[in-house]
Amino acid sequence: MTSAVVTLTASPALGDIFAHPFMRYAFLAGTAVALAAGLVGYFLVLRAQIFTADALSHVAFTGALAALAAGFDLRIGLFAVTVLVALGMGALGRRARPDDVVIGGVFAWILGLGVFFLTLYTTHRSSGANGQAGVTVLFGSIFGLSGGDAVLTTVVAAVVCLAVVTIARPLLFASLDEAVATTHGVRVRLLGYGFLVLVALTTAESTQVVGALLILGLLAAPAGAAMRLTARPLRALWISAGIAVASVWIGLAISYAVPRVPPSFGILAVATLAYLGSVAVSGRRRWAVA
Amino acid sequence: MSPFTWNLLADLREMWSIPLLLNAFRAGSVIAVVAATVGWFMVLRGQSFAGHTLALVGFPGAAAAVWLGIGLTVGYFSACVAAALVIAMLPAAGRRGYREESAVIGTVQAFALACGTLFISLYKGFLGGTTSLLFGTFLGISSAQVVTLAIVGAAVLATIAVIGRPLLFASIDPDVAAAHGVPVRLLDVSFLLVLGATAAEASQITGALLVFALLLLPPATAQLVTARPAPSLALSIAIGLVTVWSALFVAVYSTYPIGFWLTTIAFGLYVVVGVVTRLGRVGQRGGRSPAVRREPMLDGTPS
Repeated sequence: MTSAVVTLTASPALGDIFAHPFMRYAFLAGTAVALAAGLVGYFLVLRAQIFTADALSHVAFTGALAALAAGFDLRIGLFAVTVLVALGMGALGRRARPDDVVIGGVFAWILGLGVFFLTLYTTHRSSGANGQAGVTVLFGSIFGLSGGDAVLTTVVAAVVCLAVVTIARPLLFASLDEAVATTHGVRVRLLGYGFLVLVALTTAESTQVVGALLILGLLAAPAGAAMRLTARPLRALWISAGIAVASVWIGLAISYAVPRVPPSFGILAVATLAYLGSVAVSGRRRWAVA
Repeated sequence: MSPFTWNLLADLREMWSIPLLLNAFRAGSVIAVVAATVGWFMVLRGQSFAGHTLALVGFPGAAAAVWLGIGLTVGYFSACVAAALVIAMLPAAGRRGYREESAVIGTVQAFALACGTLFISLYKGFLGGTTSLLFGTFLGISSAQVVTLAIVGAAVLATIAVIGRPLLFASIDPDVAAAHGVPVRLLDVSFLLVLGATAAEASQITGALLVFALLLLPPATAQLVTARPAPSLALSIAIGLVTVWSALFVAVYSTYPIGFWLTTIAFGLYVVVGVVTRLGRVGQRGGRSPAVRREPMLDGTPS
């Protein structure tokens, strides 16, 4: 235990943080994903769909490992499975509203399937199989991104951000008052589907950055904090994105300075602190929307 | 150990001759009974997500225990019970606004898991352990651990035996129960503590992520079959035991981990029972909506 404490203090100088290519890739991909997560997360909280994102992140885990076990590229499984499931959930929609028993049972089984694929992958694909694949998908491996990975992640995240900004106004309208939005000619159903696809893309790509289990925090905490800090929707949207990006930057810097701290923990810790801070600042003021 | 034969009793007897596997069956049986009993009340009270959160908090607890060199069991129990106390102390008013609540739950769950990764990274040489902490293992359960599980399990069951009746009352109609002088708030807090201890027990074989295989699915399956408390509770325990025993049995012979078998068997039973009860209902009632009560008509006329 003493050795663990001692190694905590061994830290390289923070000044040359960008001297390493892996740090540049991590910052590039991390910033893009955080921006997307902050924007998408705000609407998730506003639409009370956080548990949808939770379900999709479980699916992302199983999809990624299924692709690895079948010998495909991990990202194909991630994106294809997550987007398909998101569309399926949208199709089930509000008519077939499943209760928490069904949701919980399905979650547990999907994760169980993920472990099945993990074992399939580690025991049957001996060549180049990575025994840590499961842990990597669950908790992310932002420092393991290659230049190509980082650029691809950034492009996908940029597309997601652009799409969110484009549909922000009608989506806000539809989220706050669906009936009135419909009478004003807003295509509520189409927007709902489009938004679910954006959530799926965000969840899938952040799996590589903070991991399938932790993306929920990056979606929920900055958005929750932003909603406490301001009642104005568009301002809250940008505050949420800002907090997410700041969490990733500070988290990465902490992890660089103290190598024993995993980057995912650093990012989540800052995001959680930001939420706690917003609670302290806003006091017990009423939760304000619009 | 010899390969699988179709003489299942002989297979079972052979497994039990190995202390490691015998301990797994003992621990699994204790956990199945406790989880099915407490889970039955959890499903009735609609507290599944509290149960899920408590189990997730067990992960950093166990990881911290390994890092600090104290027993895994201690880590699970102290983390889960502490989390149960925190949830119990949150003001009831804070549980209103659904939007904020879901944001808070998401943040807390993700942060708890992130803490787990921190402790794992602080303790080197943990590699294979992360997967079994999250997804369960049936190997390496010592006799001392079985004794601990049994003692905690007995305490949990004794508590349920004492508070069972008022808890049932308070779960079904808290307002009327309070009017009849039932201490509803006290029952809430004690049930959360019991749920925390149970989540900690179940995590030790299902892993922190898959507790629902034993805590949620067997009671949910039993409640599909009958709504009467005593038979449904007994059925829940029976389903829990069948799930654990068959999962252990299959896992010993297969390369796939216990967590996969537990969730698959429990979920499969739930789906099969769900389909069968629904079909029975449709046959009985000529396709009426499932919301209609299932009691057969006394005069036997089809509706």
